[in-house]
Amino acid sequence: MSKKEHDVSRRQFLNYTLMGVGGFMAAGIMSPLVRFAVDPLLKGKEGAKMVPVMDVKDITNEPQNKKFTVKKVDGWHKFDEQQIAYIFKKKNGDILALSPICTHLGCTVAWNDDPSHPNQFHCPCHGGRYTKTGINIPGTPPPAPLGVYKTQVKDGKLYLGEVISRGGS
Amino acid sequence: MLQRIYDWVDERLDITPLWRDVADHEVPEHVNPAYHFSAFVYCFGGLTFFTIVIQILSGMFLTMYYVPDINNAWDSVYYLQNQVAYGVIVRGMHHWGASVTIVMVFLHTLRVFFTGAYKKPRELNWIVGVLLFFVILGLGFTGYLLPWDMKALFATKVGLQIAASFPFIGDWIKLLLQGSDIVGAQTLARFFAIHVFFLPAALMGLLAAHFLMIRRQGISGPL
Repeated sequence: MSKKEHDVSRRQFLNYTLMGVGGFMAAGIMSPLVRFAVDPLLKGKEGAKMVPVMDVKDITNEPQNKKFTVKKVDGWHKFDEQQIAYIFKKKNGDILALSPICTHLGCTVAWNDDPSHPNQFHCPCHGGRYTKTGINIPGTPPPAPLGVYKTQVKDGKLYLGEVISRGGS
Repeated sequence: MLQRIYDWVDERLDITPLWRDVADHEVPEHVNPAYHFSAFVYCFGGLTFFTIVIQILSGMFLTMYYVPDINNAWDSVYYLQNQVAYGVIVRGMHHWGASVTIVMVFLHTLRVFFTGAYKKPRELNWIVGVLLFFVILGLGFTGYLLPWDMKALFATKVGLQIAASFPFIGDWIKLLLQGSDIVGAQTLARFFAIHVFFLPAALMGLLAAHFLMIRRQGISGPL
């Protein structure tokens, strides 16, 4: 190997040193700032707490509209959010708790309030309809079934957790 | 790779003269610490600018979480400091950096004063420098209120009383700054606006003038 290939000119050496030191300082300043800014991406998602909603013995085969409040934490803002569930027993006895948020554009659907389509969930905004188990009826706007609440039965009470999406947005 | 990107842009926009104008300038022997170590005092101006850059960066990031409202300001600061990763460091950079900036401005002023660098033809740059000093003090004063804790509140009350002692128009100045009869919701909103929009805008304009003048006039000669 010739000596020439290893030669680094004074100018190059100073350039590399200055860029290295400058880059190190810039990284030292920027890394805490960037980590600070991207914190929401890296914070683990906390699952919703299970909330008691009604007595299991009161659950019928007919969907009942139940309102309940969930404690929410949004950064420094803590608040109570009211949520709605349509709760009923399926034919096989399983409890189903449906979220009434229409999967089309997010309006609130109601049970059995459209005389021309009895025993269906009906959305007042664009006429979206769902079967009793929340399956969207083809030919109406909703692209996916209604979401279902996570359910749990404890000491004769029905507890509801977060809404699990069944496809769609 | 970088060189090729640079060449591609330079071929089209001829950017070399632009940055040459900024980067290529004479550094006289008497301000170069490599020759005379005591020349480090000539670094104070650049170091002040460096701390200002840190203040601007850390401040920008703090506003991602901070809310200038009496109900939320303290809670948002508490949240960003205790729940957000590196919150202590980012807030610490801004908190301690504020003091360091004022110390550096002061040292820079002392250097300019004792080397007589303010004399003709550089009087205008001295004046701009004094204005910069006031803007930076204003940034310190308005920023102090923003965490909205007891220290912030009472320090601001004292500061506003000092402003109110100004002859003839003192009460008027106080009301203008306070925006209300008390140090409260409107004061906080006002101080936030001044701290984040008005004074930084003034700061950048004055800094540009400061730097243009020093480039035009060059560094003052040795003692």
